[in-house]
Amino acid sequence: MKKAAHPLATPFRHALEALDRVTAEAVFANALEQLSPLQAVEQVVVPALEAVGAAWHDGNVALSQVYMSGRFCEEIVDRVLPPSDPDRKHQPRSAIVVLSDYHLLGKRIVYSVMRASGFELFDYGRMDVDELVERVLADRIRVLLISVLILPSALKVKEACRRLKTADPALKILVGGAPFLFDPQLWQEVGADATGASAADAVAIVERWMGEMQ
Amino acid sequence: MSAMNSMQRTLTALGQQEPDCVPLFLLTSLHGAKELGLSIEQYFSRAEQVADGQLRLLEKYRSDCLYAFYYAAIETEAWGGTTLFLPDGPPLCGAPVITRPEHIDTLRTPSVADAEPLQRVLESIRQMKARVGDTVPIIAVAVAPFSLPVMQMGFDKYIELIYQDRPRFERLMALNIEFTVAWANAQLDAGATAICYFDPVSSTTNIPRELYLQTGQEVAKRTLPRIKGPTATHMASGRCLPILADIAATGTAVVGVSVLEDLAELKAAANKRVSLLGNLNGVEMRRWTADDAERAVKQAIAQAAAGGGFILSDNHGEIPWQVPDDVLLAIRAAADKWGRYPLDWVRDWKPPA
Repeated sequence: MKKAAHPLATPFRHALEALDRVTAEAVFANALEQLSPLQAVEQVVVPALEAVGAAWHDGNVALSQVYMSGRFCEEIVDRVLPPSDPDRKHQPRSAIVVLSDYHLLGKRIVYSVMRASGFELFDYGRMDVDELVERVLADRIRVLLISVLILPSALKVKEACRRLKTADPALKILVGGAPFLFDPQLWQEVGADATGASAADAVAIVERWMGEMQ
Repeated sequence: MSAMNSMQRTLTALGQQEPDCVPLFLLTSLHGAKELGLSIEQYFSRAEQVADGQLRLLEKYRSDCLYAFYYAAIETEAWGGTTLFLPDGPPLCGAPVITRPEHIDTLRTPSVADAEPLQRVLESIRQMKARVGDTVPIIAVAVAPFSLPVMQMGFDKYIELIYQDRPRFERLMALNIEFTVAWANAQLDAGATAICYFDPVSSTTNIPRELYLQTGQEVAKRTLPRIKGPTATHMASGRCLPILADIAATGTAVVGVSVLEDLAELKAAANKRVSLLGNLNGVEMRRWTADDAERAVKQAIAQAAAGGGFILSDNHGEIPWQVPDDVLLAIRAAADKWGRYPLDWVRDWKPPA
C-alpha cells in the first residue's frame, strides 16, 4: 500500500526542483532523525519525486530538473539503503531497457527514480528485440520497463511484447517515452500492459503490480 | 485575391498579413527516399537524389516549401562523429565525440568547407534553387549551438555540464556558435531562403525558464544576428509557451510549436512579434483517417491562422517515415478546403469538446 507523505516531502521537493543540494541534504537528514531509512525513502523521497514527475507532465518542471533530482535521490538513497539492504525491493524481479534506440536519457531517469524509490532492477542498457527476449526469459523477469524516443523503436515494442507474452503470459510490460506521450493509444497497439507519462508513474505502476503479484 | 506563389504566400503570412491561403509546410525529409525507391542511407548519399526527391514531393503534396534537411547527425559527422542509418526512421547519431568533459578543452570547430557531408547538403540546395528560383522557399536546418551537445556528448552528460561545469559549457558554446553561424550562412549562400534553428533543449520541456534566460537565450542572441537570413526557432515537439516572448527577443521570425500546448494561447502570446509554425501531431498522424486529418487541420487554422503569422506544419520539424501518402494528401486537401482567406468560417467554429 502506498505510504502517506511526510510533511518534509514538500520542502524536500522544493529543494530538488531548485537543485539546492545543501537544503535537500539537510531536509533528508532531518527526516532520518524522525524516521527509519526505509520510512524516509517511502514518505519523503518517493512523494517528492512523484510530485516532480507530475509537475513535468503538466509542463511546470523541466526534464533537466527531473534528471538531476533523480540522480541526487538515487545517490542519497544508496547511502542509507545500499543495494544489499534487505529493505530494498528486489521483487518483483524487474529490468529496464532502451529498445532499438540510442536515446538513453529517459531510461536513465526512470532507473534513477526507481532506485531512489527503493527498487533494485536490472539495467539492460540498449538492446534489440532478439537479445531482449532471450535475456528477459533467461533472467525470469516479471516486470519489464521499455523506454524509447523515436517512433520506429516504439513500433518494435509490438514484436517484443508478442514474443515475450507468448513465452510468459504473466510478464508485465510497462512502456514509456515520447511516442507514447504523443499518441495515447500507442501502448495498447503495441500490446503493453501500461504506459507511464513520467518516471514517477513508473514507480506507482510497478508498486501496484507488486501488490497484485503478492 | 489572385493566387500567390509559395514564396509570396509565406512572406505575406510572416509579415503578419493574410495571404491567399494558409501556407502549408509538409516537412518530409525521409519520404524522398520512398519516392525514389531507395533506402534512407542510399538516398542521403548523393546530393542530386535529395534534390530530386524533394522536388518530386513538392509536386506530389503541393507543400509551400522545399525542405533541405538531411538529418541532424550530419552536423556531428563534421565534428568527427558517425551516423547510424535505420531502415524506417531518422538516421541517428553514433557514439558521442565528446566522451569526457576534458575533451572540450582541446576541441576545435570544424570547417564547413572541409566537411564532405555538409557539402552534399549545399549541393542539394543549389540544385533545388536552380529549379525553383524565388518561387518556393527553401528551408535549411542548423542545430542550435545550445542543442548540438546532446549529439556531441549525450543528453545526460550535457545536463550535468550545464549545471556543474559552466566554464567548459561556455567554451563549448563558443565553439558551437562559430560552427552554427558558418553552417547556416553556407546554406543561405547556396540558395536557402531561411534557416530552421533547431533548439529543443531550450524548450521548457527540457530546461526551466530561468536557466533558458542564462543559457539558450544568451546563445541564440549571440548566434542569430550573425546568420544572414531569416530564422525559425524550432522546439521539435517541446513546450515553449512560458518563453515565447523570450524567444521572440532573440530576433527569430518564426517559432515551431508543440501540440502539447494550446495553439490559440500561443498565438495570443506571439502577439505578432513572431509567426508560428505547427502544430500537427506527427506521431498520431501515422494512423489518421482523412476525417482525422481534416479535423486537425481545421482546428489549427481556426486557432492560429486569422490575421496571418501562421504556417501550418507538423509539430516536430520532421514527419515520420511511417506517415502514409494518403494522410499527407488528406492534410493538403483539408488545407485547401479550410485555409482560404478570409477565414469567415472561423467565427462559428467551436473547439471539440
